[in-house]
Amino acid sequence: MSDDSIVVETTRRIFADLADPQTLTSATDDAWKAGLWSALEAAGLTLAWVPEAAGGAGAEMADGFDVLRISGQYAAPAPIAETLLAALTLARAGIALPDGVMTVGPIRDGDVLRLADGKITGRARAVPFAAEAAHMAAMVEDAAGVAHVALIPLGEAAATARDADLGAARADLHFDGAVPAALAPAPADFGAEDFRRLGAVIRVQQMAGALETALDLCTRYVQERVAFGKPIGKFQAVQQNLARLAGEVAAALTAASSSADTLARWTEGDADITPEDLFLECAAAKIRAGEAANEGAAIAHQAHGAIGFTNEYVLQRFTRTLFGWRDDFGGEARWALNLGNAMAARGADALWPALTRR
Amino acid sequence: MQTAIRFDPERLPARTRALREEVREFLREEAAAGTFDPARAYKARGFDRGFSQRVAARGWIGLTWPKKYGGQERSFLDRYVVSEEFTAACAPVGCHFVADRQSGPVIIRYAREEVKQEVLPKIIAGDACFCIGMSEPGSGSDLFAAATKAERVEGGFRVNGTKIWTSNAHRADYMIALFRTSAPTRENRRHGLTQFLVDMKTPGIKCSPIRNMAGGSEFNEVHFTDMFVPETMVLGEVDDAWKQATAELAYERSGPERFLDTFFVLTAMMKVLGERPDPRTAESLGRLVAQLHTMRRMSVSVAGMLEQGKEPVLEASIVKDLGTVWEQALPGRARDIAAFHDGSAPLGANAPSFEEVLDYATLVAPKLTIQGGTTEILRGIIARGLGLR
Repeated sequence: MSDDSIVVETTRRIFADLADPQTLTSATDDAWKAGLWSALEAAGLTLAWVPEAAGGAGAEMADGFDVLRISGQYAAPAPIAETLLAALTLARAGIALPDGVMTVGPIRDGDVLRLADGKITGRARAVPFAAEAAHMAAMVEDAAGVAHVALIPLGEAAATARDADLGAARADLHFDGAVPAALAPAPADFGAEDFRRLGAVIRVQQMAGALETALDLCTRYVQERVAFGKPIGKFQAVQQNLARLAGEVAAALTAASSSADTLARWTEGDADITPEDLFLECAAAKIRAGEAANEGAAIAHQAHGAIGFTNEYVLQRFTRTLFGWRDDFGGEARWALNLGNAMAARGADALWPALTRR
Repeated sequence: MQTAIRFDPERLPARTRALREEVREFLREEAAAGTFDPARAYKARGFDRGFSQRVAARGWIGLTWPKKYGGQERSFLDRYVVSEEFTAACAPVGCHFVADRQSGPVIIRYAREEVKQEVLPKIIAGDACFCIGMSEPGSGSDLFAAATKAERVEGGFRVNGTKIWTSNAHRADYMIALFRTSAPTRENRRHGLTQFLVDMKTPGIKCSPIRNMAGGSEFNEVHFTDMFVPETMVLGEVDDAWKQATAELAYERSGPERFLDTFFVLTAMMKVLGERPDPRTAESLGRLVAQLHTMRRMSVSVAGMLEQGKEPVLEASIVKDLGTVWEQALPGRARDIAAFHDGSAPLGANAPSFEEVLDYATLVAPKLTIQGGTTEILRGIIARGLGLR
């Protein structure tokens, strides 16, 4: 992670200034949203991965991943990840970018959007920032199973709010003959699998960032909160739990940095990375980061006691969002099924060579 | 952010691939020559002086050490490759592993020049086996409670007391031992301990084997009765051993042996599951692979950061904590995953069944989170790294 690039520094500053979790949690209206978004837009961060020729910032993949991890450290109150991915998907398909906030779909296992006669039908559950985004960049499938990229105005969708709020302002979207604003075949090097894989690695960056903050909140809280006459952080039982949390955070950070690095190199054409290497990296990262989110959130809440369960304290922003992110672009179980099948098919003797290629 | 946990995306450089292939070829040759049985190595995992000498002949002991002592000043990442190949294959490295990993580096750092010149070439030749004399009957995790006494006498020290859980003491050539040379002070209970290099042929040493629950007897109780250690064999400063940790500790904590000790169960399980497992089985296998891959990436990351001169001390402790807990849990998870498969058939000609492999791993597993620093101690260290202690 190149902590010192200008892109990263700018991102850090914008989030620190305009997305302080306590301020957002205490806010009585949504006025902060416009300020945060326009700062991100003005800095070129929302189109970081789009080439300059197509109106983007042309940033390195690696810088984009760093931006995403930082957004996770603030529980991503703005659709930066969604807009980044949407813009990249559209640009790769040669579709001109609309202005403003975008989201992506479908992102949940089992959801398919079908293309017939130029119209789109199907559902996309748990679409993030569905009410804020004007457009969705979608991977859709025609009757022959060929992937297309569609830019769909969200006015074309019927939205259902979800009962429980697992972060990211999600809604279920239903399309019944929706007319896309633009449509193009997905390019050979950016089809449905590439979209899903990049989405997964994006979420891993954000989960790692959110877990970093969860650990940070915990270490601070246990040193402030006094019980039985001393800060609870002085109790070994609490220390041991936070050490376990540090382990989960470390695993998520490793999953994030390793998968981001591998995917960035692959995208840049590094011939040393095989498709099997890439699959192992991305699958392992999504699985392990999801597991870290489960374990990590549980420990963080335990360390905070009842206050962590309240709406007024910031921890819930992070844990709710973590829970939601786990299921985007394939949950742990789905990736594990695919990874397990792939490894079993290659046989027991191929496991060690596969693990030690790099 | 307050927390400064960092795992850079380090890779083993491409040049290490040739070395890895050499190590694999060497193991195939050893297997063909009958000195090493890959199918049963998990159990033998042993001690074979001849094997260690042939490893030495390849130049794979003391790979990173200074050339003037016979080393090659190669990268720690090269050593990582050799070490992980031997560990995954359960190669019989018992005779040289401890010396290569930690005793040699301690000698390089703290021994007198003439001692270095005498001992290091022997290690590099595979002729010097080391054991570690740390624990005592009354001093395990609490290292500073060590009571084995080294009293000053003419020209050196006279040692009386007992060390315990000392692996390979009965066949080691040397011990690096921690003895009490002074009483602790009121201000500093860590004061008063000194590290020594002990020649195991010295009169006054008696080793009594301790059989463990898995059937092995590498452990010993080592009794010292008026054993003399010359002054020249002091490592570092008298009374100040506690200052002499710990750059090496990061290597020791985060190496591949911290998560691969039960790897053989995973491959044996895969043979039983076959190439087309049902969804429950495949999903469970996929999780294990993901966890193992991430562990290895963490471990390689620490090795790479150390190579660049960074000090990932907190990260190394985290690797050992996560890694040992994982390798300990693996047999139990393999047992569950393979529960609906027949594990009773031999896994190859002359090979044990999955059940046999699993049973052995199950018996070994309890020690994995104890040796070299318990989980509780490690988590205390991590908590300190987080600023809680």
